[in-house]
Amino acid sequence: MKTSPLVIAGVTLRSRLFLGTGKYSSGAVMAESLAASGAELVTMALRRVRTDGGHDDIMSQLDTAKYRLLPNTSGVRDAKEAILAAELAREALGTNWLKLEIHPDPKYLMPDAVETLAATKELVKRGFVVLPYVHADPVLCKQLEEAGAAAVMPLGAPIGSNLGLETRAFLEIIIAQARVPVVIDAGLGTPSHAAAALEMGADAVLVNTAIAAAADPVAMGEAFKLAVEAGRLGFEAGLAARSTKGEASGTSPLTAFLTGV
Amino acid sequence: MGPMNTFTDIWKQHDFATVAARIAAASEADVRRALGKQGRGLNLDDLAALLSPAAAPFLEEMAALSHRLTVERFGRTMQLYAPMYLTNVCANICSYCGFSAQNRIPRKALDEAEISAEADVLEKFGFDHVLLVTGESSRYGLSYFQNALRVLRPRFSNLSMEVQPLDQDEYAALTADGLSAVLVYQETYDPVAYPKHHLKGPKADMEYRLATPDRLGGAGVKKIGLGALYGLSDWRAESWFVGLHLNYLEKKYWKTKYSIAFPRLRPHEGNEIPVTPFNERDLIQATCAFRLFSQEVELSLSTRESPHFRNNAFKLGFTSMSAGSKTNPGGYASEPESLEQFQISDERTPAEVAVFLKANGYEAVWKDWDSTYDGQTLSQRSEEVAQSVTE
Repeated sequence: MKTSPLVIAGVTLRSRLFLGTGKYSSGAVMAESLAASGAELVTMALRRVRTDGGHDDIMSQLDTAKYRLLPNTSGVRDAKEAILAAELAREALGTNWLKLEIHPDPKYLMPDAVETLAATKELVKRGFVVLPYVHADPVLCKQLEEAGAAAVMPLGAPIGSNLGLETRAFLEIIIAQARVPVVIDAGLGTPSHAAAALEMGADAVLVNTAIAAAADPVAMGEAFKLAVEAGRLGFEAGLAARSTKGEASGTSPLTAFLTGV
Repeated sequence: MGPMNTFTDIWKQHDFATVAARIAAASEADVRRALGKQGRGLNLDDLAALLSPAAAPFLEEMAALSHRLTVERFGRTMQLYAPMYLTNVCANICSYCGFSAQNRIPRKALDEAEISAEADVLEKFGFDHVLLVTGESSRYGLSYFQNALRVLRPRFSNLSMEVQPLDQDEYAALTADGLSAVLVYQETYDPVAYPKHHLKGPKADMEYRLATPDRLGGAGVKKIGLGALYGLSDWRAESWFVGLHLNYLEKKYWKTKYSIAFPRLRPHEGNEIPVTPFNERDLIQATCAFRLFSQEVELSLSTRESPHFRNNAFKLGFTSMSAGSKTNPGGYASEPESLEQFQISDERTPAEVAVFLKANGYEAVWKDWDSTYDGQTLSQRSEEVAQSVTE
């Protein structure tokens, strides 16, 4: 059964699963995992890509006819560095799409809200399609939307933690009020986490560690593919009711005064 | 595709009769699914189900859930406010309104002294939240409203308005003068019914009215009131369109608060018109449906309803009530008996309503804003502070 397509910045994507390219044991395993996952949008850290035209283990394995590239700014510490990195990525990789991530702290890699909002405003002005990686902060997500972000990418849990949807209560608010696609990024550790994200109405998920660090990354890529499809299909099918027994007490009915109406 | 320009674009994507038919066809399973969400994350399909005939057997359950969600969000409180009618001069001919231009009634517009006299009475009642109401006329437009706000602002901390649709820069100017909220009811979202009831005058322009909340949002007005006038068309579809409007506005103007009211056609001066059914049971169903759809939206209970109804309905989702209302200019101080827009049904004084609420475990809230929070006052105050520092 077909689910509705995901459209970001006017581009229709064939999969709601986005993949990272880091942490794989080899470029070949990465390429096979990507193929098994069905993903179309693939992110790579600009700092790992050779921008001088020399051989590169990530880019040499990526069939750019099959995948849409989403360079990311992982490693930059503020808006100024992010803008420089973005310009470099646009030139080197020939795309104006950008996953904006700014983390001044190298330990937990927490995204910097203030710098990310400032960088988004400037990058949108410069013609980039900006997908910012942020905390699950509903107000920040609205501000990014107003700044012209093409999607927002709130985290489910600390990056690389595999903890799942720890920020669920905030993600629900972000999804409820968003006017751009919501992509849950970071922290998803298992296929069921991805399925749950899509079930709650997220437009897509981005996964890296859970697949790259699995015992069998290729099989895990396929598992996430199925989970994302199942989650989205479940969301669109309309989840069945939970029991509401006990809501109406019956002892002193609230609507008895309407008798005769 | 980028965001739409105004709600009118969204409204055009939904045919009123088709929406009415879809609501009529909702099933018991649809209702159970919507109820099962317990007020979390309901979509417009869920709202349709809760407004449908299929939801009627679930009214008690909806009421219990609506009550619980309202107490969770707002506590056991009820905001009290009073309307102050400034003028009944009106350029519109509308089938249902006592102020309609063709009605041979005495016309009046309060001057500054009369506005102050009304304010004296409302202050004595204890009101701090006053809703200014007018007919629609170019003679009593922006500068008249600005003057009224300047007269009233030192005396009340929350001033809202129910006046003709204005342009965005006019709303921005009124906000700067201390206006907190604007209520602008669409009356009907049904493009067939709208021209039948709005025969002449600026109000005949349905699309300008539909886009009014967009102009309010764009002007940064803090609260926008929505609603349909029940009785003009199918109440279920009207309510669904109010929900569609709310949903659109909440996402686009996300810093704004929203409220919904449930005006029903009441007897008035002028020709009798055919009224589509909307009884008290329907009103409760609509109220509870909105509360389940949105935990945040404020819901207002009118003095058009009877004391018996208000005494029982107030805890089923409502957050504000008018009390002791007069619906004619000068009604509180000088002209108690004439020129009403519509008849009220609950004649109790505000104090009596407050006592009733207290006896039922609810607190009446008279003040819910302070003009200190308004930007203009803040800048005035910072100037004062700066001055006192230099002195």
